[in-house]
Amino acid sequence: MSVAGAWYLGLAAIVFSIGAVGLLVRRNVLIMLMCIELMLNAANLTFVTFARMLNDIGGQVLVLFVLVVAAAEVVVGLGIVVTNYRRRATTTADDLDSLKG
Amino acid sequence: VTHATLLLASTRPTWPDILVFAAAAAVVLVGALGVVTSRNPVHAALSLVMTLFGVAVLFIEQSADFLAAAQIIVYAGAIVVLFLFVIMFLGIDRTLDTEVEPLAGQRPLAFVVVAITLGGIIAMAATAHWVTGAHQVVGPIQGHVAGPNSPAGEPAQLGKQLFTTYLFAFEATAALLVIAVVGAVVLARRPPTVHADEDDSTDSELRA
Repeated sequence: MSVAGAWYLGLAAIVFSIGAVGLLVRRNVLIMLMCIELMLNAANLTFVTFARMLNDIGGQVLVLFVLVVAAAEVVVGLGIVVTNYRRRATTTADDLDSLKG
Repeated sequence: VTHATLLLASTRPTWPDILVFAAAAAVVLVGALGVVTSRNPVHAALSLVMTLFGVAVLFIEQSADFLAAAQIIVYAGAIVVLFLFVIMFLGIDRTLDTEVEPLAGQRPLAFVVVAITLGGIIAMAATAHWVTGAHQVVGPIQGHVAGPNSPAGEPAQLGKQLFTTYLFAFEATAALLVIAVVGAVVLARRPPTVHADEDDSTDSELRA
């Protein structure tokens, strides 16, 4: 029997928080996308932990879907980053202020 | 089984389990902090690999073997490699300036907001009653107790649920992936060449 589920949930909450701080603080779009991956991973860890705690395989199936959605999100997100870099030669979020009045 | 025994330990973990959890948790946390604090995007991507690997170990520790393999293959093998491709393709693998703070007071505010969120999550996890606790929606995990003698029925059961209960969602993710691939190709494609007479010099410089 593994360590109690509460420890996994706490770890997942901390990783989610680190990812959220990074998303809010960092300005590079690529690193912001990586921080989103961190937050998704924390959610995955929570899903697997609840699948074990509640003895329900549904949580693990959902992790598979999160994996697919994360892959699709990264593919489209990086496509946008590349397209934008071609036009403006920057990956800094603060430089994308064309709509600023 | 009551809620309290579910959330806390139902049986006492052995010391190798504690050791594996502590080591994997340390790897996960160091990698996560590395992603957030690295100045070089390549270092951040490699720290992300570290975190993903630690999470995969935690998946194995919770008898989610198939998901651990999928985690390594999909995340570390595909997603992070895609990140590295883009970083090196754009040539931005240089040190970023993280000292300047464009918005005054944004960082302290971010820390405060996230600290409140973290406190809320932990307080909720400690006090909430999970709705699905007593009734299994899908079915129990076979080979629930990790060990050398436990039946390895978990990936088979995962696949069975995926192709029966969650079949529609599975087909929808297939459609989603196709849409994402088409979108990425459309986005990353070079714009079609325009005629010279309607193409001024600044425009061609931008497109180059």
